[in-house]
Amino acid sequence: MPELSTAPRTIEFHIRRYLPETDSAPHWQVYEVPVRKGMTVLEGLHYIKNQLDPTLAWRYSCRMGTCGSCGMLLNGRPALACNTQILDIAEESLTLAPLCNFEIIRDLVPDLCSMFDKHSLVRPYILRANEGEINDPAGEFYQSPEQLERYVQFAFCIKCGCCMAACPTLATDARYLGPMPLAAGQRYNADTRDAGRRERNLLTGGPAGVFRCHYAGECSHVCPKGVDPAKALQLLKRYLVLDYLGLHGRTTPCEKLEGPGGGERRPEISAAPEKTVEPARR
Amino acid sequence: MAEARRHENKLGLWGWLGGGRWGIERYAYALHRLTGLGILFYFLLHIVVTSLRAKGIYLWAAGGILHNSFFKVGEFLVFSAFAYHALNGIRLILVELGFAVGKPIEPVYPYQSSLNVQRPLLVAMMILALVLLAAGGYTALAR
Amino acid sequence: MKETKYWTWHMAAGAALLFLLGLHMLIMHTGGFAQWFAPHGNGADSPQNSLFRDGKLFFTLTYVLMLAVALYHGLYGLRTMLFELTFGPAAEKTITVILVAAGLGLFGLGTWAAVAAHAIALAGARG
Repeated sequence: MPELSTAPRTIEFHIRRYLPETDSAPHWQVYEVPVRKGMTVLEGLHYIKNQLDPTLAWRYSCRMGTCGSCGMLLNGRPALACNTQILDIAEESLTLAPLCNFEIIRDLVPDLCSMFDKHSLVRPYILRANEGEINDPAGEFYQSPEQLERYVQFAFCIKCGCCMAACPTLATDARYLGPMPLAAGQRYNADTRDAGRRERNLLTGGPAGVFRCHYAGECSHVCPKGVDPAKALQLLKRYLVLDYLGLHGRTTPCEKLEGPGGGERRPEISAAPEKTVEPARR
Repeated sequence: MAEARRHENKLGLWGWLGGGRWGIERYAYALHRLTGLGILFYFLLHIVVTSLRAKGIYLWAAGGILHNSFFKVGEFLVFSAFAYHALNGIRLILVELGFAVGKPIEPVYPYQSSLNVQRPLLVAMMILALVLLAAGGYTALAR
Repeated sequence: MKETKYWTWHMAAGAALLFLLGLHMLIMHTGGFAQWFAPHGNGADSPQNSLFRDGKLFFTLTYVLMLAVALYHGLYGLRTMLFELTFGPAAEKTITVILVAAGLGLFGLGTWAAVAAHAIALAGARG
């Protein structure tokens, strides 16, 4: 059977370790990892844990760039460990550190609670005057492909926190909401089903809001899913200014369509079962 | 759940300067802040110095203290800061009002972002800044 | 929406400064259009030419406008940078008060100087 991959080379993994039980501050630890072409940083971390040091801790889940768990600084740049190939970014050594601008729980595990708390502050869900339309839907909302395209890019966010680590404002300003929550706010503001723009404006146009962004662009530079939060934030600024100047046209959320009525159920198809779960009250 | 001791991990002011990462817009932002501070510092002194003309004192007249080489070099530096800050400012006004960032699109790998869309504008502004700088330098030397 | 208001005016001030400061640079550093604002031949910033411009109401008003716009733009920018250093609300209030006071003080100084210089220039022209 021919050898399908090249012989392994050894890459030094310089990993920022921190055990809260024993360490007063983070320190570097070096591991020698045999690396083949195509091997990802996540696979390297697994090698270390399995063969060299079982105490190493980091977050991961899907290993395919869709859950957002394995965000970390690779050679100083926020990225996902699962979709970064070692030999693409390292020739002899690679540094791994936990995402910055978050507290470190242990080793490569950051405390992302601050990001999720800020995210929930912008109310990242469809807001309508009549909550029953969301909680207890009796029909569909109409949305054209053009209307979908106004926000779908920002819906691809996997909440990995890479943009938050890259943002220069978050490096010094702990209260700033950050690119991920603000892009989520814009995702809902631009959604024609949503009627909550003015409510979100109080937060996104406030002192911790989008005007602390100065288009350094690092968030879009490091986003692993092409969400382009920088674009979302600039569009958010435009709509805030239009709202302030009273130039934003009246936007009504899209109407609910009535269900397809008038059809007759075929006799061999049974009726839907009774609902067993009540919709949650917000 | 046991409360483990967390460790602070903010980049601080080093984060304003790029924190070791790359991305030209990041450095444009840092330079915009630096030039803004420089211009502001000069401007506050400028107000005081030019207000003295109401008392008949023209500190900037030919042969005065403000014509010695330290101040002349400083003036050129302030002019360079102004050239950069003004032209980058034009780019920021356009970008931050959502004009030069492109439309939201469904992301398809390799991803194109607003950074790609506004990059030509950044390059054009930097070229104009260099032209303005050259014009200013030429005028300064000619005098 | 206060931050939205301040930021919108900051952008508008920046745009206005492009025009006003651009004009100021053109007048002070190039020889073009010299007869309109620097009829005495010895450089646009000579005392004679400065006094000539101070005598024109157009320049007095434009200088005062440029002063207000530039002070707002610059001091709001400084306030933004300081606020991003995560001080507490009390420190932020203090910073705002100091910057507003400094801005108003410098605006007062510059406006007084422009008006006084205008009066001196007119008296000199008459006398």
